[in-house]
Amino acid sequence: MEYGIKPLGREKLYLWLMLLPTMIGLLFGTIGSLLATLGLSLFDWDLINPPTWAGVSNYVALFQNKDYIEAFVNTLKFAALYVPGVVIISLLLAVLLNRKIRGVGFFRTVYFLPAVTSAVATALVWNMIYGKETGILNFMLESLGFPPVCWLCTDNAMMSVIIVNIWGAIGEGMIIFLAGLTAIPRDYYEAAAMDGANDYQQFFRITLPLVTPSIFFQTLISAINAFQAYDYIYMLTRRGQGDSSVPVVVYSIYRNAFHFFRMGDASAQAIQLALLVAIFMAVLFWWERHYVVYE
Amino acid sequence: MSKSSTKTSLDILAYSALILGALTMLVPFLWMVSVSLRVPAEQFSRNIIPNPLTLQNYVDLFEDLPDQAFFYLTYNSFKLSILIVIGQVLTCAMAAFVFAIVKFKGRDLLFALLLATLMIPPQVSLIPNFIIFKYLGWIGTQLPLIIPAFWGGAFGTFLLRQYFLTIPRDLVDAARMDGASLFNIFWRVYMPLSKPAVAALAIFSFKDAWNDLLHPLVYLPTDMHKTTLTVGLAFFQQQLQMGGKFTVLMAGAFLSIVPLLIIFFIAQKQFIEGIALSGVKR
Repeated sequence: MEYGIKPLGREKLYLWLMLLPTMIGLLFGTIGSLLATLGLSLFDWDLINPPTWAGVSNYVALFQNKDYIEAFVNTLKFAALYVPGVVIISLLLAVLLNRKIRGVGFFRTVYFLPAVTSAVATALVWNMIYGKETGILNFMLESLGFPPVCWLCTDNAMMSVIIVNIWGAIGEGMIIFLAGLTAIPRDYYEAAAMDGANDYQQFFRITLPLVTPSIFFQTLISAINAFQAYDYIYMLTRRGQGDSSVPVVVYSIYRNAFHFFRMGDASAQAIQLALLVAIFMAVLFWWERHYVVYE
Repeated sequence: MSKSSTKTSLDILAYSALILGALTMLVPFLWMVSVSLRVPAEQFSRNIIPNPLTLQNYVDLFEDLPDQAFFYLTYNSFKLSILIVIGQVLTCAMAAFVFAIVKFKGRDLLFALLLATLMIPPQVSLIPNFIIFKYLGWIGTQLPLIIPAFWGGAFGTFLLRQYFLTIPRDLVDAARMDGASLFNIFWRVYMPLSKPAVAALAIFSFKDAWNDLLHPLVYLPTDMHKTTLTVGLAFFQQQLQMGGKFTVLMAGAFLSIVPLLIIFFIAQKQFIEGIALSGVKR
């Protein structure tokens, strides 16, 4: 980071002009709005009447609100299943594709397809596939002799939605891992093979340690996505009144802010979500410091 | 067992797993196309080959929906996505250039701050932004979707900066010797040399804008002339639950992903290199 050209004279002004949009973004889009949300969470405000001071009561109320606790637990469950699901499946995929087999390009394209297309469009067809009486998934189950499953009923909806989310995310993970895997020097494997290491030993002693930077990165991305997951949940679990059968925190923020106009409650929930993400990141970065191998 | 036969059996295992997985990935898309080519009476049929085969659903999509809704939804999605791409590419590239090339006080700190914002969930900004836009009288217009695209972003800036850093520094020094200004070095040297990364960012921004559901849902009215394809399709799905044609809905879903499929097949390399660029060279 030592290198850089120095701005001359009037160029100093240009420099800040070029940075101006980013600064506005930091002010209104991210850092400023984080502070604003923090402030809003201390008030009760319906956007019509003037805001009234609420102190920490919005936060206290969260812990007494059954719906919110359900959403919070759902968010944790979602992340706990989604993140390892995406990381493990996409790593396995990348390892398989890295075997120098035929048709790598074809497989890469196919697995990447859901990552390109909109969750709304694919959710429409998943909704049909999951259909209880008319869906092909139950048709397949029945033809194998199993009883039909109500995939999108409250008991199963969480699992069904996580499956679709993983389906939509492994393409990107696969690319991240393929890039990480191809960066591992071939000589390592050749040397290990000379010393008599079998495929499993090579995987656990060479591949896995050296791909930890990608595992770290993919876990980070997947976690950020997990805590923000919205589209499939909205499309697959929305009920008549606009609520969801598996509400998550993001869903609850959206409902409180833009349906009930409870800005204080919604802000407190948003802050709690940000804290949850921050804690998770702290753990992840601690893990990086101790276990990730950078060459 | 000899070494080569272990390898062959592992290859067979790998192929079987990959093919089975590929089918899982493809079936929803095939089903979407299949349903869209059926007559409504056959919409729940379990045969993947439509019988009889019809294109009527695609015609209905444009002719039967009230007030040419599908046309307007598509138009809005295109218009917004293109404006968002322009905003993101311009503002992220300028910031990325400054962070990669220009020496000034507080640069590294500011860049670290920008990167840290990647971890702030967008839902956190949504509430204060909504309030600001409401006071500006912008709710119900497309401005709350367009303007934020013109205030940069951590992801795009990071992506382009990574690429800018790989451009040989001699080029900058040579341009500087010839008396080129900072802005000229940016526009005449860096932008033309960074086409792959710029293309990657443009594709990502287009994809995100085109697929966005939350923001149009919050900011745009549920008016089929003013909102986007994603909101429109979600709305039609809701209507359908009262009994309607899934065949037409699937035709709409398929048409809505066609632009992305085209971009993906043309620019697959940029897509994949963009993701690899953001993940590996840290």
